[in-house]
Amino acid sequence: MYSAPSVTAVLKIAREHVAAMIAHAREDHPDEACGVIVGPEGSDLPTRLIRMTNAERSPTFFRFEPQEQFRLYKDMSTTGEEIVVVYHSHTATEAYPSRTDISLASEPQAHYVIVSTAESGASEGPVSLRSFRIVDSAVTEEEIDVTE
Amino acid sequence: MSVEVRIPTILRTFTGGEKAVHGDGATLQEVLDDIDARNPGLKDRIVESEALRRFVNVYVNDEDVRFAGGLNAPTSDGDVVVVLPAVAGG
Repeated sequence: MYSAPSVTAVLKIAREHVAAMIAHAREDHPDEACGVIVGPEGSDLPTRLIRMTNAERSPTFFRFEPQEQFRLYKDMSTTGEEIVVVYHSHTATEAYPSRTDISLASEPQAHYVIVSTAESGASEGPVSLRSFRIVDSAVTEEEIDVTE
Repeated sequence: MSVEVRIPTILRTFTGGEKAVHGDGATLQEVLDDIDARNPGLKDRIVESEALRRFVNVYVNDEDVRFAGGLNAPTSDGDVVVVLPAVAGG
């Protein structure tokens, strides 16, 4: 099966991207928010954040709107980018991959970031953000190295 | 000439790492059967019970085949098929 690149288990990410994912999660609470941060192919560096429409508009499920996902695919084919981070929010549960997250994970090269707004909802306040690899249904949490 | 099928990262284990493979056929179904003959198991990850899997999106020349005949969508030489697993979860 796919073997993840042999990099250390850490997500290097800019502070502004962390803030943007949290802001998106709060805005869409109590529905799940979702999106990606793309970067140059093979770089493992997230550089450009794109909010995606949750076609399900649901507090318990998300799915990228298919036409938006296709446009993203076409854009990345042109620019030589790939998905480095897939993020989504959990609005009533902890920031840990659900069974559905694990069974549908289909981007083995990506870092899966989950933001939980369960504690503070749409308001300012404590929020949890964690990052995982999900490959062949195996979940590995990784450290997050926030850069300025 | 033939139909080019773009393979997502997660399915490249079936294509020896190739990002695209080529097949012949007048419909999506025939093209998938043709590439499956050389990449066994690939079709099963795209098709289930004679229909597209729920969490796999397939495009023929930029058109979502769900609105263009599904597995019966017509294909011809030079067409490009893109297979994109849905990004989804709970």
